[in-house]
Amino acid sequence: MKNNNLYNYIISIADNSLILAQRLGELCGHGPTLETDIAGTNISLDLIGQTRNYYQYAAKIQGEGKTEDDLAFLRLEREYKNVLLVEQPNDHFGFVMGRQYLFDVFHLLFMTEMLNSKDETLAAIAKKGIKEVSYHKRFSGDWVKRLGDGTEESNAKMQEAIDDLWVYTDELFDLTEADKAMIADGIGVDTSKLKELYYAEISELLKEANLTVPEGKYFTRGGKKGIHSEHMGYILSDLQYMQRTYPNMEW
Amino acid sequence: MSKNWPLWEIFVRSKNGLEHRHFGSLHASDAEMALENARDVYTRRSEGVSIWVVESSNITASNPEHNGELFEPAQDKVYRHPTFYDLPDEVKHM
Repeated sequence: MKNNNLYNYIISIADNSLILAQRLGELCGHGPTLETDIAGTNISLDLIGQTRNYYQYAAKIQGEGKTEDDLAFLRLEREYKNVLLVEQPNDHFGFVMGRQYLFDVFHLLFMTEMLNSKDETLAAIAKKGIKEVSYHKRFSGDWVKRLGDGTEESNAKMQEAIDDLWVYTDELFDLTEADKAMIADGIGVDTSKLKELYYAEISELLKEANLTVPEGKYFTRGGKKGIHSEHMGYILSDLQYMQRTYPNMEW
Repeated sequence: MSKNWPLWEIFVRSKNGLEHRHFGSLHASDAEMALENARDVYTRRSEGVSIWVVESSNITASNPEHNGELFEPAQDKVYRHPTFYDLPDEVKHM
């Protein structure tokens, strides 16, 4: 492949959206109310839309005649480069909103930077995505506040969710070889520079929500290198089932 | 959970220049949540450019039992429609 770094770079961004969309998709029909159920599915579909744009572009760069579906459905676990945060299972609704919010804050900062990418396709995807992601963050942040600032029970559950998810946040700012190469070319986003903004924004909202900002300094990582948690295999068996069982099926 | 949330009436303006129209109702714990829910439930297929939400309990409705006295007296008063005038040719768009 002529442009391996660019391909790897796009795949790693796309996989975050794909796996988070799959997690949200699992909840379709299981939301606590009809309205929140539709909202979660809407967010999932926004992410899948972004994913399609990324994979179509990656498939073109790869130049092996593969399609977006091949990239989404037919890779092996180690070839997915999403962060561990997005693959965490759907626990209770507060946990799902916490996971979403911790990703959305990053996602919006990231897309706002990607607007300036020298790569026109990536900049265009960012331009469209920013509006979607702004709403995702508004929705998830609103729920984190509501639950944190709600009853004693909702506060305790929200706090526990944030504490559990916190260890996955630092990985968002890791730079892979592909990241570094793309930053050097003016194409990629230097996520290490977003870290301070990210934690400042989240800390502010958590305080507003009567939640304590976790102080733990231990962070776990691996997804960006393809080393996933035990949950990933189960996600992929759901995600890939149809294409593996009925190769090339369309609907 | 949802049975504790009050009901809200949702009004959506489908494009600028048109009026807000009643689209339906949904449950939400407060106005802000009602707006977000309405956005997802009623405008996800590009149906609107503006949303109003009103808590249903704030609406005062006429009582169907009073329909006779409220509405029937108007039925035989066709002269209240402005259809009995001869319009001059100069007046257009009427």
